Amino acid sequence: MDIIVCIKQVPETTQVRINPATNTLIREGVKAIINPFDTYAIEEAVRLKERFGGKTTVISMGPPQAEEALREAMAMGLDEAVLLTDRAFAGSDTLATSYIVSCAIEKLTPFDLILCGKQASDGDTAQVGPGISTHLDIPQVTYVKKIREVGNSYALVERMTEEGYEILKVALPALLTVVKEINEPRIPSLRGMMRAKRAQVLCWKAQDISADSGRIGLDGSPTQVVKIFTPPPRKGGQIFEGETSDIVEKLVELLKDQI
Amino acid sequence: MDYQLTEQQKMIQELCRRIAKEKIQPIAADLDKKGEFPKEIIELLAQSDLFAIFIPAEYDGALELPAGQKVGGVLDLCIATEELSRACGGTAVCYAASALGTFPIVLYGNEEQKKKYLPFIASGKKLVAFGLTEPEAGSDASAIKTTAKKAGDFYVLNGTKHFITNGGDAEIYTIIAMTDKSKGARGASAFIVEKGTPGFSFGKEEDKLGIRASITRELIFNDCKIPKENLLGREGLGFIMTMKTFDISRPGVAAQAVGIAQGALDLTVRYAKERHQFGKAISSFQGIQWMLADMATQIEAARALVYSVARNIDSGKTDVVKESAMAKVFASDTAMRVTTDCLQIYGGYGYMKDYPIEKYMRDAKITQIYEGTNQIQRNIIAIQLIKETAK
Repeated sequence: MDIIVCIKQVPETTQVRINPATNTLIREGVKAIINPFDTYAIEEAVRLKERFGGKTTVISMGPPQAEEALREAMAMGLDEAVLLTDRAFAGSDTLATSYIVSCAIEKLTPFDLILCGKQASDGDTAQVGPGISTHLDIPQVTYVKKIREVGNSYALVERMTEEGYEILKVALPALLTVVKEINEPRIPSLRGMMRAKRAQVLCWKAQDISADSGRIGLDGSPTQVVKIFTPPPRKGGQIFEGETSDIVEKLVELLKDQI
Repeated sequence: MDYQLTEQQKMIQELCRRIAKEKIQPIAADLDKKGEFPKEIIELLAQSDLFAIFIPAEYDGALELPAGQKVGGVLDLCIATEELSRACGGTAVCYAASALGTFPIVLYGNEEQKKKYLPFIASGKKLVAFGLTEPEAGSDASAIKTTAKKAGDFYVLNGTKHFITNGGDAEIYTIIAMTDKSKGARGASAFIVEKGTPGFSFGKEEDKLGIRASITRELIFNDCKIPKENLLGREGLGFIMTMKTFDISRPGVAAQAVGIAQGALDLTVRYAKERHQFGKAISSFQGIQWMLADMATQIEAARALVYSVARNIDSGKTDVVKESAMAKVFASDTAMRVTTDCLQIYGGYGYMKDYPIEKYMRDAKITQIYEGTNQIQRNIIAIQLIKETAK
C-alpha cells in the first residue's frame, strides 16, 4: 500500500511569541522541529509499511530549511521526500496551502492513503488535512486514534470524539488525520539517520506541480489575519447557592438583563 | 569544545543524548531504587543500532575499518557511553559491558567464531558479558582458579566467577579459565560460553552501592562442557588477551566517568541558579562559582584525554596501555571528585534520595574500581614509564 504523509516544520515551543506589528509568529532563535502531531502520522505510515509493504512518501511545504524535517521523517523509516518550496508559496493560508499540497499529491498518484497530524502546534487550525482531501475529492476521517483493519479498497478506523469513539469504514484512497493516542513514535535508528542524510529530497516549485498562480501565496489566500493576541485568562464565574427554584429564577433574570 | 567528530559520531551523540533525556532520565531513579535491569532501554539501544557501532561492517556492524585493522569504533562507543551515563551510569554499563565481552571475539576470534556471534551482538539480540574476576582473583587476575580441561572435542569448565556485569542477562560469555595451572598467567585461556550450556548456572546477585540498574551476578561452572571450537585464539593466551582487551575497553569506563560527572554538573549548575540563600541565588557566590569552574575544567580535560586515546586506538595504534590507563585514572578520579563537590553544592538536599545528585556520587565510585582499580592503573603507568626510560 502506498502512503503519503504530510508534515509541517514548526518552532519548538509551546509558548509561541507573536510579533504584534506583523501578526506573525516570532521564529528567530527558536529551534525548528516536526510538528509533534505529525510524528504520529509518520510512525503510523512506517508501521503500515512494515505490515503491508509499499512505498511511503513524506511531503512538506515550507522554506528550504524544512528539508531537515523531511530528513528526520526519512530517518524514522519513510522512503522518499518531497519539499514544496517556492517564493510564490509565501503568505499562503490554509486554503492555498492545502491546494498546493493537493497539486503535489496529484503528481504522486496513485496512492492508497494520506496521513496527517490532527493539527499543527503553531497555527492550531486543523484545516490543511481536510482541505487536501476536499481538493482531491477523496474521503477524509479526522482524529483517527486507531486503524483497525486495512482491506483492498477500504480501511476500518476508530475516530475519537469527545464522548468516546466512532468506528468508521472508509473507501480508499482516503485521507486520515491522526491523534496522539494512535501510537508512540519511534526514535530513529543510527542506520536510518545515515540513510536519511544521504537520501535525495525532491524540491518542487509551483510550475513543477502545475499549480494555478491565482490560487497560491497571498493572492490565493482569502484569510486576513486582523489581529493575533493571547486571550486573557478566563475570569471566575458567578456561583449561586440556595434552593434550586430560587437559583433558576435568579439565573433567568440575570440572563434577561444581559441579552 | 569541538572535537571534530565524524558525521556518524555526531549522530551517535545526538541519538544517545535523545534516548538518555527522553527514555532513561525519567526512569533512572526507579531503576536505581529497585535494582532493576533496564530491559526496554537495552531493546531500544538495539533497535537504534547502537550495538552495531563497535562491530565491523562485514559482520553486520556499522563500523567501516581500514584494511588490516581488526578493531575500531572505540571513540564512537565512548561517545555513546558518555551520553547514556549522563542520565544513568548503571544503564550505560549494561550497554558498555557488552562491548567489553565482545572485544576478545573481535580481536582474537577466528572467522567462524566471528560469523557465528558478531551479527547477533551487532543486532543487540544477544548481550555479552566478560568473566574474569573471581573471589580470590581481583587485582591479582592471574590468581584465577576456574579450570578448563581438554577432553576430546570438548573443554570442561569448573569454577566460579563473581561480580560479573550482565551476568544472567547476557547470552554470550567470554570466560578466562586456566588450561594449565603449572604455567601461571601463561596457562590461562579464553573461551566463548553460551547461556544454557549444561553445567553453567548463575549464583548470587549482588546488592550494590551504585550502578544499580546493571545486574552483577556470580557465574558457576560445574563440569560445563563446551565444544573445543569455542576456544579463542590459542591455549595460554588468555591473560594477554585480557590485557589487550582492557587496553581498548578502559576508555569506555573513562567515558562512563566523564558522562556521570557531566550529568552531575549539569544538574548542579541548574540547582545553583535556583537555590536561594542570603537573599541571592547561590550561583552568585564566588565560592560556588569557583567550584563550578573547576569541575567544568576537569571534566573537559578528562574528555579530551579519553577522546584522544580512543582516537589513537581507532587509528590503528596498538601500544596504548599507558595512555588507556591514564584516561581511566584521570576520568574516574575526576568523576568522584566532581560528584562529591556537586553533592556539596546541593547541601543537605543533596544528601537526600529525593534529589538525583547522590545517585551520581554512588555511580561514580565504581569507575575507580572496576576494569582494574586506579591503583593498578597507576602501576601500569609507572611500569611503562620505567620501561620507556630503559630503552
